[in-house]
Amino acid sequence: MSDFRSTRDGRVTDERPWWDTFPWWSLIIVGVLVWMGWQIVIDEDYALAWERIIPGLGLTIRSTVYAFGIALAIALVAGTGQMSRNVVIRNLARTYVEFVRGIPMLPLIFTVALILVPEGTDLLNKRLDAWFGWEFNLSFEMRATVTLAVIYGAYMAEIFRGGIQSIPPGQTEAGRSLGLTRRQTMRSVVLPQAMRAIIPPMGNDFIAILKDTSLLSVLGALEITQRARQFSASTFKFREGYFVSAFIYLCLTLGLSVLLGVLERRMTRDRKGER
Amino acid sequence: MNAPEPMIRLSGVSKTFQKTIHAVKGADLEVAEGEVVVIVGPSGSGKSTVLRCINLLEVPTTGTVVVDGHTLTDAGTDLDHVRAEVGMVFQQFNLFPHLTVVENITLAQRMVRGRSKDEARAMAMRQLERVGIPDKADSFPRQLSGGQQQRVAIARSLAMEPKVMLFDEPTSALDPEMVKEVLDVMLELAGEGMTMVVVTHEMGFAKAAADRLVFIDEGEIVEVGPPEEVFTNPSHERTRAFFDKILY
Repeated sequence: MSDFRSTRDGRVTDERPWWDTFPWWSLIIVGVLVWMGWQIVIDEDYALAWERIIPGLGLTIRSTVYAFGIALAIALVAGTGQMSRNVVIRNLARTYVEFVRGIPMLPLIFTVALILVPEGTDLLNKRLDAWFGWEFNLSFEMRATVTLAVIYGAYMAEIFRGGIQSIPPGQTEAGRSLGLTRRQTMRSVVLPQAMRAIIPPMGNDFIAILKDTSLLSVLGALEITQRARQFSASTFKFREGYFVSAFIYLCLTLGLSVLLGVLERRMTRDRKGER
Repeated sequence: MNAPEPMIRLSGVSKTFQKTIHAVKGADLEVAEGEVVVIVGPSGSGKSTVLRCINLLEVPTTGTVVVDGHTLTDAGTDLDHVRAEVGMVFQQFNLFPHLTVVENITLAQRMVRGRSKDEARAMAMRQLERVGIPDKADSFPRQLSGGQQQRVAIARSLAMEPKVMLFDEPTSALDPEMVKEVLDVMLELAGEGMTMVVVTHEMGFAKAAADRLVFIDEGEIVEVGPPEEVFTNPSHERTRAFFDKILY
């Protein structure tokens, strides 16, 4: 493949015409979104679907944020744990990551929500009841959210580990040779640099979590997908129900994508030293 | 009174990688306070490993390392405390790319020495004057030339007011025209009486600054002596073969 093309008058140029570089895909997506939005405004079946489904937005967003927050905490512990000098911590972290990555999400959600959590709370509640006369209960929504967090915690642990290991060992050596402790070197030298490699894939996982909250529907949580299912099943308006839910997800994920793009651009500018 | 305790004493230091690769075999070396020792040898001879054993960046497989009276190879020694007294300059500079020059120099001063921001900055500026680039204080490392980066790395170490400075091929990654500016700084430092151990291929520097020259080959210290003598009249065949290859 050659990198140049010839113009109409026969010259060779490395310039590409505007229609070659223009992001047509964004026009297509915006077009689809506008069309969907327009349907909701003018068509009363779509409007009804919107009305029934949009109350699930709060739960979708809430469980996304909770799941991501918990996953972040798990990932930091499991990711750095895999590099620990302590043989027990290192192997526990590794076991967790390998286990969770190897099991599909749906069976894991069922296992956690229907088996592990009930049995765990049973055990816990016997004590709590005896000591405080109080019972602990986890809603199905929270069970699924916690499961999502446990799963994404494993994925994100690998992102942390990869980001930290992408920093050349010379950085750690320089820090340690100046008398910084392991912890100080990690916090002030390695992690700030690793964040550049960590933030973009973390953003992708945030979007992935948002989409995977649709799995909460298998436990009957009334988020967007479950409401779309209920609406479609009771009215037989499948097209309207699922188009509207897709519209809502697209608005959320594309919005997040744009935000992430801005964040990434800001970080690469920083890399060029233009701050 | 006994003879003065050397600043650095390596005795029987060996380093084995993956149980089979013997990088250093039983190295004994003493460096007195204020002495400048230059280590030379073929690539892969273990000279960098010896240097890295002095501040325990590389933990010796066997042997003892004593720096300024602290036995670093004892389990109870606070390594972080001793490392702060031993500056190290790397071949690849290893400046912290996310921090400005002055932040590079103040980070350890503040975290390890507990100096205030102003104190640390004043010290950083003094050291930058000394290495000749005070105007680069607020630049980022990537905006500097290799020679300037290495001088910042030297300033960063000096700001900790170390008792010993270790140099691991400090000019090997530099473009030829920048070698001198770094060597000049090192020469000045040697003249001020800093205890220095330098791994380098710069024989001109060794002649000008070294009190003793150490020749290492295949993990063994083959020969130690005044540079002129080792250059012109080496007592071992291996040393002679090495200098025949590199000296014109």
